[in-house]
Amino acid sequence: MDTEAKAVGPQAVYERYLAEGRFMIQHAPSTGEYVFWPRVVTPRGATDLTWVAVRGTGTVYAITVNRARHGAWNVALIDLDEGVRMMSSLPAVETASIGARVKARIEATEEGPRVVFDLIEEGAA
Amino acid sequence: MSHHNLRGKTAIVGMATAGVGEAPGFSAMELLGQAAVAAVADAGLKLQDIDGVFAATSSHAFPTMSVVEYLGLKPKFFDGTNVGGSSFEMHLLQATLALEAGLCDVALICYGSNQRTAGGRLVSMSEPQWHETAYKPRHPITAYALATSRHMAQFGTKREQLADVALAARGWANLNPEAFARGPLTKDQVLSARMISDPLTAADCCLVTDGAAACILVRADRARDLPGKPVYFLGAGGANYHRSIVAMPDLTTTAAAESGPRAMQMAGVTQADLDLVMLYDAFTINTILFLEDLGFCPKGEGGRFVEGGRIAPGGELAVNTNGGGLSCVHPGMYGLFLIAEAVAQIRGDAGARQIAECNLALCHGNGGTLSSQCTAILGSEAVL
Repeated sequence: MDTEAKAVGPQAVYERYLAEGRFMIQHAPSTGEYVFWPRVVTPRGATDLTWVAVRGTGTVYAITVNRARHGAWNVALIDLDEGVRMMSSLPAVETASIGARVKARIEATEEGPRVVFDLIEEGAA
Repeated sequence: MSHHNLRGKTAIVGMATAGVGEAPGFSAMELLGQAAVAAVADAGLKLQDIDGVFAATSSHAFPTMSVVEYLGLKPKFFDGTNVGGSSFEMHLLQATLALEAGLCDVALICYGSNQRTAGGRLVSMSEPQWHETAYKPRHPITAYALATSRHMAQFGTKREQLADVALAARGWANLNPEAFARGPLTKDQVLSARMISDPLTAADCCLVTDGAAACILVRADRARDLPGKPVYFLGAGGANYHRSIVAMPDLTTTAAAESGPRAMQMAGVTQADLDLVMLYDAFTINTILFLEDLGFCPKGEGGRFVEGGRIAPGGELAVNTNGGGLSCVHPGMYGLFLIAEAVAQIRGDAGARQIAECNLALCHGNGGTLSSQCTAILGSEAVL
């Protein structure tokens, strides 16, 4: 995988990992930065980017419910515990509180795999 | 190196709008052309005098090419910087730089859209962001709703306060015969409007209208020889560090917190000096965010600031006196209409909504999803 990955850009590498069922993000050891979404340089200018598996836990930073005639779905911004933010959704619930703790999983859709989140139940680790 | 030397060096000498509201049967370029022709006439100049063209639209990949071709111009300088609805505040700065450098003598800044009659939906050339598409955001509203959710959670901002923004805009629109959405509006109507993207309802969203606007800028020395009352450029500044709402560092603080001070420093003014504040109100949350970020109230206090009609007609601070994007006009990119209202007020041409002694106006443009922020300060001869 890694050898093959060097031939393509970070977006394609991310999507290949996702297709393998792995949620991976970039990390730059020189600066300690984690990066999402994948790119060729970090906000602080580092290019020594490696791929790491995320812990998968995070917090709801912001959330909305889009309401249309054909249904409603939430769109959330999730702050991963690694310190990066991503757009995602909590498909198992209508909405959630800002600050709620969540856990990532990979969901298969007609358009391909995507990372979504579930609420971590209170009292659970 | 001081940039104060741009203050007062150029002036808007012609301004016009066309097709505000609904203009069935007209293309975007036809409306833009009408506005340009009227702005040139307002300036007492000829179309052929224009040798600098500044344009951005929602429907032209190469807006300056399309404009010069349509109007038969041969500009020496042109700039199609597209930072969404904030493009035109940036164009004021670019045009001032070009005029002051002697690269052109008569600058046209223009916009036109027929998005309402062409389909009734927001027209945008904005491309989807690959890391967002799997979640089906409906931008722009999804992004603004996310920011609103965060502002509410962090500062206790209420939907009733968002409604106060919509009611203030309607109050001003009811004094403006050109405004598209006029008539009575109650807080209950705003709060019970159809929910589109929690917590934003249809009444929290700007209009989808047609409309075009154009202004003519010349160096200040030439402005004094022209027939109209010049409206001087005093300062402008931009700030931008993201495209996608995902990359906005803090959803409750926009880059207006940087563009505003930049523009006000160039103009040598403070918030207390301003007679008119024109804020890009694509959604009700915008007005609250920009009042905070531009320093009219502390961060987090915007919701409480707009309560009790403070920004409505008769209130303490004159904000969006045309009725704003919420109730006057919003043809996709609204930034030039902020400038049109500031010019009308400073000239004393604003009719029933005219505010007393309008010598200093701030125009704040917003582009993308709270992304590009550009602020411009305009003033009368009295404040030069």
